[in-house]
Amino acid sequence: MKTFHGVLAGILATVAVVSFASAADPLSINGAGATFPYPLYSKWFYEYSNSNPGVRFNYQSIGSGGGIRQITAGTVDFGASDAPMKEEEMARLPGPIFHIPAAMGAVTVVYNLEGQGSGLRLTPDVLAAIFLGKITRWNDPKIAGLNKSLAMPNADIVVAHRSDGSGTTDIFTNYLTAVNTEWRAKVGHGKAVNWPVGIGGKGNEGVAGVVKQTPGAVGYVELAYAKQNRMSVASLRNREGNFVAPTLEATSAAAAGAAKSMPADYRVSIVDAPGRDSYPIAGLTWLLVYKNQRDEAKGRALVRFLKWAIHDGQKMEAALDYAPLPKPVVEKLDKTLREINYKGKTLY
Amino acid sequence: MARNTGGNPKDLAFEKASALFAFAVLALTVLLFAVLLRESLPALRKFGASFVVDGAWDPVLEKFGALPFIYGTLVSSFLALLIAVPLSVGTAIFINEFAPPWLKTPVSLLAELLAAIPSVIYGLSGIFILVPILRDTFMKPLTKHLGWVPLFKGPVYGPSMLAAGVLLSIMIIPFILSVSREVLATVPQRQKEAVLSLGGTRWEMIRIVIGQHCLAGIFGATVLGLGRALGETMAVTMVIGNRPEISDSLFQQGYSMAAVIANEFAEADGLHLSSLILIGLLLMLVTLVVNLAAKWMLSRMVARASRGI
Repeated sequence: MKTFHGVLAGILATVAVVSFASAADPLSINGAGATFPYPLYSKWFYEYSNSNPGVRFNYQSIGSGGGIRQITAGTVDFGASDAPMKEEEMARLPGPIFHIPAAMGAVTVVYNLEGQGSGLRLTPDVLAAIFLGKITRWNDPKIAGLNKSLAMPNADIVVAHRSDGSGTTDIFTNYLTAVNTEWRAKVGHGKAVNWPVGIGGKGNEGVAGVVKQTPGAVGYVELAYAKQNRMSVASLRNREGNFVAPTLEATSAAAAGAAKSMPADYRVSIVDAPGRDSYPIAGLTWLLVYKNQRDEAKGRALVRFLKWAIHDGQKMEAALDYAPLPKPVVEKLDKTLREINYKGKTLY
Repeated sequence: MARNTGGNPKDLAFEKASALFAFAVLALTVLLFAVLLRESLPALRKFGASFVVDGAWDPVLEKFGALPFIYGTLVSSFLALLIAVPLSVGTAIFINEFAPPWLKTPVSLLAELLAAIPSVIYGLSGIFILVPILRDTFMKPLTKHLGWVPLFKGPVYGPSMLAAGVLLSIMIIPFILSVSREVLATVPQRQKEAVLSLGGTRWEMIRIVIGQHCLAGIFGATVLGLGRALGETMAVTMVIGNRPEISDSLFQQGYSMAAVIANEFAEADGLHLSSLILIGLLLMLVTLVVNLAAKWMLSRMVARASRGI
């Protein structure tokens, strides 16, 4: 019995020490959601925690849908999504939520044509026709007519698309829906759609794998992925009639074009944005934060981080192939962050 | 069964504890089934039995049917068996009966090592090695010369039902092989010697021994391989082409039940999510039915074999 008491005392002592230690532990903020901005977010969390040792982040990149489900259930302090929440999803929330744009990305059209690098020119209608299965050969006059300086091979076009539900697909199909009436009627847009033709690859790496391994293949991947893997990317004709290659500058130009008509809740698609140099297939990615925070300390830390992210954090975007937010949007966001509160008290 | 405990408290405690574990396994299975059923109810209510026979899969219009996925799972798995069973049984016979001792260990060791490779590695090597080789040396010539046969109809892209079947066959070989070897090893040496002493050739010996003694066991090994093929997810989704369509041609793209769940689950919601869970439930049922059918056939084979001897 004596030993039993000794053990019990030991356990109690350990518990006391552990709970005392945890009081000095950093505040930990939990988030979940989109995979596309994950490299940027983990860089942010790392840098921010280094200069603010009192806060630690834990982010699970489980996908945008998962992020929305978790923030709705209140199991995380913030969510993240590549697609704005739908009205019926917002209706299920316990309180008002803010969509805080964090970064912008572009989706590139990549292809595998022997001996040809980047620069294939495509118009919105030709791109839609390819993905609808109406243009099936590379030497189709509609493609050859746009690319007179290139010798288009007499080969089948093999379409590759994402087989997993993804924000990349959402942006890409959003674009095709915006620019092509037939696409809108037959397929529509979403994170997963009923593709008229093509081979499905899982993830950016799956699509890239199909495109790299299949002569005559065409697909779409995120700009960062195409750049890091040195894939051939197409230039697309934008709204003003210019053929624009997918670059960070062209993505930022698209954001600047879209910023003028940015709605108050930031839930906007920036595909086919106006502007001479705008690359047309671009999208925002958002952090989802409740307007009325339930925990003062956590809420304050979260708002401080968001403020840092939209200012200092933006400088880290280009190195990771994300386009920084345009200035007018950042200024507008500062006002929005002031509205985040704990029992009516601003946390900014 | 447990009537010999004789009142010894330790025995009794052990009996109760092991019963609890057994019950926990049972409860887990029932719970799994119940949760799948509950979560798939919205899709079940909306589509009913038509879910199984409908071929549409459109997340935008929220129209869902599982037929192409059921088809893809069954066809790719049976294709894998078609390739893997002769290969594994042949290898097993070679290792057990013909191979010189210095070759026995490395061959069986390497074959069993195949089982230890993670399936995502199989998938990647499928994309980068198997698919290009299949496409250029097998599918393209076959389409060119035998394209009028529906099974070999083009166009050839690479990722296809055939690629999935071949990849799966490589993955299930170690399972069928090692069980087949065990089964072959159970044949009494005296029986083999009896055949040989009667003037039978080695081939006749193997034929008689397998026909009489090992057929049921090899069938069991096949079922084990089939179970693995039906549920394989990652490797299949990387080479099957992920197209929810039913095509006569083995060179066209398909989709499997496990693959569509892995692909779309993370970003699905509402009816889409419920439909994916319903596919999971169906996958469980398909596996159950195939296994039960195999068990039944196995018991008949065993009965016939024991009558025959």
